[in-house]
Amino acid sequence: MKDTDTIQINEKDTLTYNGLHKAEAKNVNLFYKDFHALKNINLVVKPNTVTALIGPSGCGKSTFLRLFNRMNDLIDGVKITGDVMLEGRNVYGKDIIVDELRKSVGMVFQKPNPFPKSIFENVAYGLRVNGFNHKDKMEDIVERSLIQAALWDEVKDKLKKSAYELSGGQQQRLCIARALAIEPSLILMDEPASALDPLSTSKIEELIYDLKDKYTIIIVTHNMQQAGRVSDYTAFFYLGELIEFDKTKTMFINPQNVKTQNYITGRFG
Amino acid sequence: MKRKRLKIFEKAFGVVLFSSSTVTSLTVLFIIIFLFNEGIGLFNSTPVEQKYKFIVSNDNTVKELTSKQLKDIFNYDITNWKQVGGKNDSIILFTINDLSTYFTDDELGANFENLPSKINELIKKQPGILAYLSDKYVPSQLEGHVLPLTKITVKEFVTGKEWYPTSKPAPQFGVLPLILGTLWVSLGAILIALPLGLATAIFMAEVASQRLRNILKPIIELLAGIPSVVYGFFGLVVLVPLIQHLFNLPVGETALAGSIILGIMALPTIITVSEDALRTTPTSLKEASLALGATRWQTITRVTVPYARSGITAASILGIGRAVGETMAVLMVTGNAGVIPHTFLEPVRTIPATIAAELGEAPFGGLHFKALFALGILLFLITFIINTSVELIKTRKKS
Repeated sequence: MKDTDTIQINEKDTLTYNGLHKAEAKNVNLFYKDFHALKNINLVVKPNTVTALIGPSGCGKSTFLRLFNRMNDLIDGVKITGDVMLEGRNVYGKDIIVDELRKSVGMVFQKPNPFPKSIFENVAYGLRVNGFNHKDKMEDIVERSLIQAALWDEVKDKLKKSAYELSGGQQQRLCIARALAIEPSLILMDEPASALDPLSTSKIEELIYDLKDKYTIIIVTHNMQQAGRVSDYTAFFYLGELIEFDKTKTMFINPQNVKTQNYITGRFG
Repeated sequence: MKRKRLKIFEKAFGVVLFSSSTVTSLTVLFIIIFLFNEGIGLFNSTPVEQKYKFIVSNDNTVKELTSKQLKDIFNYDITNWKQVGGKNDSIILFTINDLSTYFTDDELGANFENLPSKINELIKKQPGILAYLSDKYVPSQLEGHVLPLTKITVKEFVTGKEWYPTSKPAPQFGVLPLILGTLWVSLGAILIALPLGLATAIFMAEVASQRLRNILKPIIELLAGIPSVVYGFFGLVVLVPLIQHLFNLPVGETALAGSIILGIMALPTIITVSEDALRTTPTSLKEASLALGATRWQTITRVTVPYARSGITAASILGIGRAVGETMAVLMVTGNAGVIPHTFLEPVRTIPATIAAELGEAPFGGLHFKALFALGILLFLITFIINTSVELIKTRKKS
């Protein structure tokens, strides 16, 4: 790994969160039964940035993304070593309650997956399961989240309608609004635009760009142009290893590793 | 040559498949037609035994009697013709058992050859008479007339509260107690089986590890394979005495015992169908819920179960269907009293149990026989409605 804006990783200063590393992976290994899916990954995500994870299918980028909200826990036979930090706290530490952790990490999935409920209830879901039931404030938060997700104008008159009446692109923005409603400190996006048409894709990309002001985002993408357009940092994964991690501009213009170069220029992948 | 043989083979294969399905469909159709043909006969019959007649005097103005009125007359609840729309004259019953009170053996002759003429005399003498006679004793020159009985109506059949199919001379074919008995037992069964089955289904689909599930699944399937008579045995030997002691009852054979046994029997259906339904909930929805900080229980109650709602409904209706049609086990533990139940701690009698218990005694082609077939139609209609509603729920989910 070669990081131009190197932040020296020191065992001690991660214990007190200095605001510089929003999220961080230190010597992370992940085994799926006997399969070594992530090999000694070190990576730092800075606040208010967009970090793109790229690489060919099966390289471990989605697995890596799911470390931060412990979604890998749902799979049997997963073993993790090393430290995954979120705002200075070890995500896999003994004192962490997984449900609490996930409230501070929003996630947007590959395919739009709204609940079979109304548009309003979809956005309110995260608050409701956290025991928040204040009616007026709830309406405010839902409105604010939908505005942030650039969906408010399209749905403000039909909040009671089923989320399934929306188009694919609208559904995905609804899922983003749903993630924003719980005010996460980190947003994970797993190929959020891969199932959408070009127009919806560009709307999502604009949205990601706007959200950067308030949120920190990690996004998995297969689309090189997308990574180039939306991200500040890019990490290239290959066969479970982090081959290269750098500022997106630097990496796309002057990749250090020949594998990165081949992948970015489309020679394999 | 080879090609031609292949073609013939294919054609023959097609014919075999076609004829198999035709035979199957025709068999089903035949059974339904047979059932209706036999059962409908009840509603064209009068509730009197074949080759028997009710005779009244010519002065009698009553046109018809229903089987209910007839029963009341023979029970001495009705004693005056006025009560059934005739003249003010007390009813005098006459059956073959009353011969000796009116006539001596000499008068009747050695082979009752004088009986018809004696009856004519009697009818003239007693204008209030109601004689119940076998055809062979009815005088050829009758001085009175045959009193017709009202045909049994569907309404009377379904809403009648008394089921005495073998009572003489006025059998009662009211199946309301049997319908209610069936519904009570089935309702009780579903109240017991649904919470238990749903909980097990949720456990198996969402909570249990793959290994535990691999152990549980065959056990539940085994439950479906136990013959119902074995359940009946278990109920009779274990459950019935237990209920008797627990509630301090004179008999333990109650609707409750039937409900518990049927509930256990309906469990495999409910568990299997609801588990399948729960499994259709997309992983992406469950992940979305978990990623928002919902606990596993919140995800189950707010996402998984609502998503599988129609499948779970179908499961419970199928479970009821199984309970409604079940015969043997219920026959063994419910006590089979054909009265309208008021609590779960009373004996009841269900439709299938009635058919199974009585068909052997009912004379072929007789009224009782036809009434049992009519019960069969009723049962068929109930299960048909149940199955149709399951299909409707399934198709509604698809659209």
